[in-house]
Amino acid sequence: MKAMVNIIGAGLAGLSAAVTLAKAGIGCRLFSRQSSERAQSVMAEGGINAALDTMGEGDTTAEHFSDTMKGGVYLADPNAVRGLTEGAPDIVREFVRLGVPFQMKGETLVLRNFGGQKKKRTAYAKSSTGKMLMSALIDECRKYEARGLVMRFPHHDFLSLVTEGGAVTGCAIGDTFTGDRLVFSGPVILSAGGPAGLFSGHTTGTTQNTGDAAATAFFHGVRFANLEFIQYHPTTVGISGKRMLISEAARGEGGRLFIERNGRPWYFMEEKYPELKNLMPRDVVSREIYAVCRDPECGGQAYLDMTHLSDDTWRGKLSDLREECIHFLGIDPAAEHLPVEPGIHYFMGGIWVDERHRTNIKNLLAAGECACQYHGANRLGGNSLLGAVYGGKTAAETLSREILSAPGYMEGFEHAPAGEPTVLSGNERDPAFERRLTDILMEGLGIVRSEEGMRLCIERIEALLKEDGMSDRMKARASLGLAMAKSAIMRRESRGSHFRRDCPERDDENYKKTSTAECIDGRVITGYLDIPPLRETV
Amino acid sequence: MKRIIEIERRAAPGDAPYIQSFIYETEDESATVATALSEINARVPLLDAGGEAAEPIRWESSCLQKKCGACAMVIDGRPALACDTRLSERGEVVRLSPLKKFPVVADLIVDRSKMMEALMTLRVWIEEDGRSHEKINEDVYEAARCIQCGCCLEVCPNFKSGGSFYGMAGMSPMARILSQTKGGALDERRKLYNKYIFEGCGKSLACRNICPAGLDIDRLLARSNAVSLWKRLMRR
Repeated sequence: MKAMVNIIGAGLAGLSAAVTLAKAGIGCRLFSRQSSERAQSVMAEGGINAALDTMGEGDTTAEHFSDTMKGGVYLADPNAVRGLTEGAPDIVREFVRLGVPFQMKGETLVLRNFGGQKKKRTAYAKSSTGKMLMSALIDECRKYEARGLVMRFPHHDFLSLVTEGGAVTGCAIGDTFTGDRLVFSGPVILSAGGPAGLFSGHTTGTTQNTGDAAATAFFHGVRFANLEFIQYHPTTVGISGKRMLISEAARGEGGRLFIERNGRPWYFMEEKYPELKNLMPRDVVSREIYAVCRDPECGGQAYLDMTHLSDDTWRGKLSDLREECIHFLGIDPAAEHLPVEPGIHYFMGGIWVDERHRTNIKNLLAAGECACQYHGANRLGGNSLLGAVYGGKTAAETLSREILSAPGYMEGFEHAPAGEPTVLSGNERDPAFERRLTDILMEGLGIVRSEEGMRLCIERIEALLKEDGMSDRMKARASLGLAMAKSAIMRRESRGSHFRRDCPERDDENYKKTSTAECIDGRVITGYLDIPPLRETV
Repeated sequence: MKRIIEIERRAAPGDAPYIQSFIYETEDESATVATALSEINARVPLLDAGGEAAEPIRWESSCLQKKCGACAMVIDGRPALACDTRLSERGEVVRLSPLKKFPVVADLIVDRSKMMEALMTLRVWIEEDGRSHEKINEDVYEAARCIQCGCCLEVCPNFKSGGSFYGMAGMSPMARILSQTKGGALDERRKLYNKYIFEGCGKSLACRNICPAGLDIDRLLARSNAVSLWKRLMRR
């Protein structure tokens, strides 16, 4: 067996890791349930942040850093965020080199406004930025595939890690076409996306981000962090089977939120937040929509008004968004107001990783939405594509540094891995069980939370775990859900996307910390870790 | 609304196909074929229209917003995305079968790896520095929107799986590379384009009306033909 790195998930983070490894001459296998064209990354819309300062506003990476830290309410690892924001301009320049058709004036990038940031910092390709980055990176990855440095496995499911003596030695993979079970040696990078499937039908994500990879890793002792922080995007609309995102670009290009109050439109964000107006961080906007929709003086439904946008803006910057609204909602946003509601869009928490994207288990790294890095208690729009690319790259660089500095490191993976894969029983999907778990989680982990609500959520999941006939796979999912609820109830403050009506204030003294959750012998154990201080730069 | 969902099924690649029907009723006017398949699979127990126990229907889905191409299948005789096909716009019986130009894996799942292999043969990647400029980016954007679903190949009279014509699913990603590549890398790709796209295309343009992403195929084809044939014409 050729010694290669195993990457689970072929979205933006996985592709970024694969290309980075290949450039260093290190081979990798890229496993995914479906080909990269089907990854959730292709759905990302608004853009990618980088302080390129092409708009003459004097933007700096230091401001991108401070906006990201502030947007995440100071819960992100500041050293990691500094790396992210300082690395961002080169990442976007690299995408230009790969031919991504960003909005440009001549050969200069045009940047747009995005939430939580005062300066124009978001490079974009209409509102299909994720798709454009993915097309470019898929093609780039193909170049290395032709050279034998990347092997794609596009219909392969992650089944389990293989470990020995507390270190990962490989992974077990299922071929979804043949049903064959395969075992591969080598270090593992998990880049399998966020656990949208725990909230199936209530998110803007794909049906393939089931959360199975995360749940399996959790069940096997991988530490998770900040699981209580779930991003409700302010502007989503229900369509059949899911929520459809109305990109933040809609507001970045001038869209205005309003609700009817006493028969007149009330532009509540503009009145309450005169500086950033409709472009406050997502957690703030979602909470405001939640509140005004429950205000007895208001009409109960918030709208996004884009009817005043120019033809040029629609044609050049938002044509795809308009087409989508007409197609799926039967509403032309250039002529009518869009009814919007907050919906689950992103998980700030995930697998705990350090600044170099190492997990608590040797030879296991994680990147992209499945990892906890960069976004703290709330993610800024435009930072997810950036975090996925930079995170995948960083994980790959960490591994290549270890591999290249330790002669014999990869040779150790030339044979079948030491240790047995512990594939969880019950690998078939169980939609009825999954729906029950989703209903319980939705009750407890909404935009506004309470002690009683979260307590009930925990009790119900604990009862579920005791039911007869629970396979290991079901237990793993339920345990990850339990970890989310336990992480939420122990944080007795409000911060970012975690808002409690019984503890509405932020409490830095007790809770400016990373929450952690581990599954030890089937029990969910939660705790806190200190956030590392920002290192002095030399 | 009530629909009978009639599915061409097989458990494994070599098996003889059989037809199995399911009854699906919903109040949701926006329900799609994808909604029906998800909800039928969530039933406990899963029974077919005749009340017999049935195995879960195997099909692929991902974004449910026609952005990823996963759920392409033949619906009432035409290739389409399940998430893009509203039941309210179909008749009482909705017939589903797998795409025919690819090997069937099971039920509605086909193995579309031939499309990936075609892009490898066409060397669809940027060799050195790609060009990015306001003037070409509209075309590049259009080309890069292709979702690799395979619907265009299903209706193409010239495309055969394993043949030397790669169809619009090959042309569209290649159009991006042709417009962003220079020098020797471009010469090489022009030759590949001529061999695997231009020469095999009978210009029926059946693909134009079927593309779920609504790609401007005329424009991409015209530009790519211009780029790859220009040099040939000059050599004469």
